[in-house]
Amino acid sequence: MDTWTFGWTLALIGMSGTMLVLWILSLLILLIRKVFPAPAATPKKG
Amino acid sequence: MESALVSGIQGLFLGVLNLGPGHVIMILIGSLLLYLGISKGYEPLLLVPIGFGAILVNIPLSEMMAEGGFIRYFYDIGVRTEVFPLLIFIGIGAMTDFQPLLENPKIILLGAAGQFGIFITLLLALALGFDKLDAVAVSIIGACDGPTAIYVSSKFAPHMLGAVSVAAYSYMSLVPLIQPPIMRALTTEKERMIVMGAVKQPISQTTKIMFPIVVTIFASILAPKGAPLIGTVMLGNLMKECGVVDRLKRASENEIANIVTLLLGLCIGATMEADKFLKAQTLVILALGFIAISLDTAVGILFGKLMCALTGGKINPLIGAAGISAFPMSARVVQAEGQKYNKKNYLLMHAMSANAGGQIGSVIAAAVMLSVLQGMGIVGQ
Repeated sequence: MDTWTFGWTLALIGMSGTMLVLWILSLLILLIRKVFPAPAATPKKG
Repeated sequence: MESALVSGIQGLFLGVLNLGPGHVIMILIGSLLLYLGISKGYEPLLLVPIGFGAILVNIPLSEMMAEGGFIRYFYDIGVRTEVFPLLIFIGIGAMTDFQPLLENPKIILLGAAGQFGIFITLLLALALGFDKLDAVAVSIIGACDGPTAIYVSSKFAPHMLGAVSVAAYSYMSLVPLIQPPIMRALTTEKERMIVMGAVKQPISQTTKIMFPIVVTIFASILAPKGAPLIGTVMLGNLMKECGVVDRLKRASENEIANIVTLLLGLCIGATMEADKFLKAQTLVILALGFIAISLDTAVGILFGKLMCALTGGKINPLIGAAGISAFPMSARVVQAEGQKYNKKNYLLMHAMSANAGGQIGSVIAAAVMLSVLQGMGIVGQ
């Protein structure tokens, strides 16, 4: 593989792959939050 | 008797007789690193052992890095095997609070944009004639993450480990000087004054526990070559959040991290032997490292501007600069810069989210890079 094919392939897949993985992680965070919601805060008495 | 005396005296001066200009220059460079660490407080935990290691290895005939040498022993078991940076990652995971990111997960995208400098620098390094894997090692300085830089460079370009590590840690400590001019150049005063509302999203403890487990499984399956990097950070974070292994968590963030930091620093310093370090290439590596971190900042801010436009002006583009791994220094820089233009602007928590995203982003970027290299057949299966 020549240098520039290597460079552009790694750069383009690297950038888009990093963005894609982190975007999916953000969706997974939303999903986990939905599945395991924080318990509702109990209103203070008095 | 007379000849024995002469030989003995000669032995006493062997070090002086073998002292070359390269040794002297490297001892001065080691001393400079000590000065920066001790007097200026730049990453002292790393620069002090690195500086001292650089001095030790450049003492003529000390043979610190020769087969069986004192530092060579630690280098072989910890750096060559890539174990030391991974142990540091467990400590980093145990020290990192991902709560701001869990509250505002879309900000994690800034942590991806903040890694683009790695890939642009890769192209620059190739244009300057670096070999493929050498270019990968240089570009990883842009991860702005010492252990990642050490992990990747010791894997692909161990001969450049000293220069890459020194560049990575030096520039990380210079983030407060490097970032503000770029932030000001790429944003308007109106953008810098945008006030971001507080995100008050309650996060359950189960979510905090599930996060490192899900990230490890998902990200490691997508980028298996990066599983050691992702897995160790997330193991540390799981120990922090699960609350049942407090002793292990404390050991990871204290004793283990401290011992490994000391040995890792010494080993990195010991790779700075005069004949390997004093090359024009070292200056090029330092320059490319600076460009990489500047590009990370620039692309992060530009992506922040895009998010600002897409959200109708609700996101202050300055927080894009925090999408790098220098945690929490970069978030503090954003907070300080934002307050210069609007005293009532508190960007810290939003910048912390981006900064935590940058920490994950740097590890994911390296993992993606390693997996793509594997896929292209550049590195072994």
